[in-house]
Amino acid sequence: MNKKNSKFQLNKTTKSNFITYLLVIAIYLIVQILLAGGHMSSLMEGLLVPLCIYVMLAVSLNLTVGILGELSLGHAGFMCVGAFSGAFFSKCMQGAMPDGIRFLLALMIGAVVAGIFGILIGIPVLRLKGDYLAIVTLAFGEIIKNLVNVLYIGRDKNGFHFSMKDSISLHLEEDGEVIINGAQGITGTPHDASFTVGIILILISLAIILNLIHSRDGRAIMSIRDNRIAAESVGIHITKYKLMAFSISAAIAGVAGVLYAHNLSTLTALPKNFGYNMSIMILVYVVLGGIGNIRGSIISAVVLTLLPELLRGLSDYRMLIYAIVLIAMMLLNWSPKAIEWKERVREKYFSGLKFKKGVK
Amino acid sequence: MKKYRKIISAVMASAMVATLFAGCGNSGDSGSSSADNTAAADNAADNTAAGGETAAAGNNGGTTIKIGGVGPTTGSAAVYGIAVQNAAQLAVDEINAAGGINGVQIEFKFEDDECDAEKSVNAYNTLKDWGMQMLVGAVTSGCSVAVSEKTAEDNMFQLTPSGSSVDCVKYDNSFRVCFSDPNQGMASAKYIGENAIASSVAVIYDSSDIYSSGIYEKFVAEAANQPFEIVSAEAFTADSKTDFSVQLQKAKDAGAELVFLPIYYTEASLILSQSSTLGYAPIFFGCDGLDGILNVENFDTSLAEGVMLLTPFAADAQDELTQNFVSAYKEKFGDTPNQFAADAYDAVYAIKAAGEKAGITPDMDMSSMCEAMKAAMPQISLDGLTGVGMTWDASGEPNKDPKAVKITDGAYTAM
Repeated sequence: MNKKNSKFQLNKTTKSNFITYLLVIAIYLIVQILLAGGHMSSLMEGLLVPLCIYVMLAVSLNLTVGILGELSLGHAGFMCVGAFSGAFFSKCMQGAMPDGIRFLLALMIGAVVAGIFGILIGIPVLRLKGDYLAIVTLAFGEIIKNLVNVLYIGRDKNGFHFSMKDSISLHLEEDGEVIINGAQGITGTPHDASFTVGIILILISLAIILNLIHSRDGRAIMSIRDNRIAAESVGIHITKYKLMAFSISAAIAGVAGVLYAHNLSTLTALPKNFGYNMSIMILVYVVLGGIGNIRGSIISAVVLTLLPELLRGLSDYRMLIYAIVLIAMMLLNWSPKAIEWKERVREKYFSGLKFKKGVK
Repeated sequence: MKKYRKIISAVMASAMVATLFAGCGNSGDSGSSSADNTAAADNAADNTAAGGETAAAGNNGGTTIKIGGVGPTTGSAAVYGIAVQNAAQLAVDEINAAGGINGVQIEFKFEDDECDAEKSVNAYNTLKDWGMQMLVGAVTSGCSVAVSEKTAEDNMFQLTPSGSSVDCVKYDNSFRVCFSDPNQGMASAKYIGENAIASSVAVIYDSSDIYSSGIYEKFVAEAANQPFEIVSAEAFTADSKTDFSVQLQKAKDAGAELVFLPIYYTEASLILSQSSTLGYAPIFFGCDGLDGILNVENFDTSLAEGVMLLTPFAADAQDELTQNFVSAYKEKFGDTPNQFAADAYDAVYAIKAAGEKAGITPDMDMSSMCEAMKAAMPQISLDGLTGVGMTWDASGEPNKDPKAVKITDGAYTAM
């Protein structure tokens, strides 16, 4: 972008952001065309919403890991908070208001509650850094999951009942209904999630994160990442900016959780979906896509979610193959030798092509 | 370093698009085959809009009836999924060898769901792309609930062998073979009360498990109507299932004569050995999850002497059907079948019985097949491994008697 021949020259960050938005919109259009033509397999159709969820999670974690520069291993915990608060609201309000408005409110509630948890957890956690922070976030993620597993909330004509023991000690009246049933979680959440909603939410998350990164606040956050002492010395309020990034990241994960809860009729906090396995999975998306690279996160989340499903033909070997492919992808993408090799190949074969210098 | 990033993203994006198209290839096939049979799809007059749309995908237009199965074959619950997969395959092979359903051969395919609700929906969709017309699954309760939402949308006949939570058969297209959790809790409480086995009872259950807490809650509710008292109820979770000395000590201090264990056999075997270390010897009473306790490795089976359990299936029962099944299963898979296997075996035979009653043919699409099967299920009576003269309600619940067995001399004996 060194040439200055056009009046409508976009600066390079705007252009890069534009490519990201266009990528998402292009995928959406392609999928819609395929769906309209009936060329989509049931498996792909069923995977569309989960793909949106994982993309949002990856993008939001990239804000903490890539932009704030802190390793968080508790991201699934925020997703869990969002999922349960959103599903709880939907379950309570089902039939009391139009579905569209209820779902919109559920999304907002999920975002707000997860954001509040982000702040609450962020206050103690963000005093640490590096490995220590990673381990404490891991612990918080597990606490959230385990708390949800002993939570019993029911409703009858006298209002809400709450217990941490079992659903019998809720002492519900005849007309009572257990909404959150401990380990059994919430069943019967209305199915509101759709691919269109997912894409809209991805675009909103992208808009929030990309604009944050390129704003004054975003630069302050990145300055903390790059050199905390220098940032502090020029008067940047470290805690404030750290909390800002952390809670926005948590809120977006919460929205992803609400989408998750409204995609399946059963919501249980298992180690599989809200435990640290999931947190690490999200971290893998971020690391594979490139720390700090939002577009990379989107692509790697999509590829890594599709991969195990597309390998189903290999039956039980697929988890092994998946792991091997993951290792191979990591090596190919990020090992210094591979980077060098790719550089050489590119220069040898593609030197004729113009690669605009300076464009990310 | 930033330059080639672009290349990588281009490559990955194209890979992604390629996978999208790979997905299309499959659906293209089923789309074209279903086009030949649109007449059949149109015949299903009572289809819902969603059912009609996807019914086309379920019609393979072939000469076999395609039955799918969903369950965990990897991960911590793999033992249940594999048991179901093996036993269902065994039943399908037997039925095929004997001439199939109405003379039509069956094809069976099983997909892994890792015991994750989201993955189970993916597995279900994969099977739908394959052309599945009926579903045996899912194996675990949570997955079964998630899948039943999808089968209800598509109007596909679903028979879960072992999904025991109440919501698994919420829709009229879903049926189950096993007892429901509340049913087991209630039956256990009634059995203990009516046979006056004990007057003070302690419960140790897994609060993080749907099966266990579901039974526990109904057990407590029914206990209020029975002449015994619950003196202690202690929970453990999946994260702390190795040391039970605290729970046992509390039961002992409370003077419980009987300890009710609505849990799976792995934990129960630990409880039994830790209890003997404590010198505490109450009567142990369990549900079908305890079946398999005699096969736990490194477990002194003499500790299980006198344990009572309510189970519909015991691998060393003396009837001919069970013995044939167990020996065929052992021969083929080298393992003693557990109750999940028995449920799955019965599920496939129930489909056969209902299919013959309904007169299903392979060219039916899944929605009209579901309607026929739904109507036929309440009319059949099946002598299976898990019950003699099993019948089904239109609601999806089976009617069969729980059998109480007691472990004596290292074997199950009927009481």
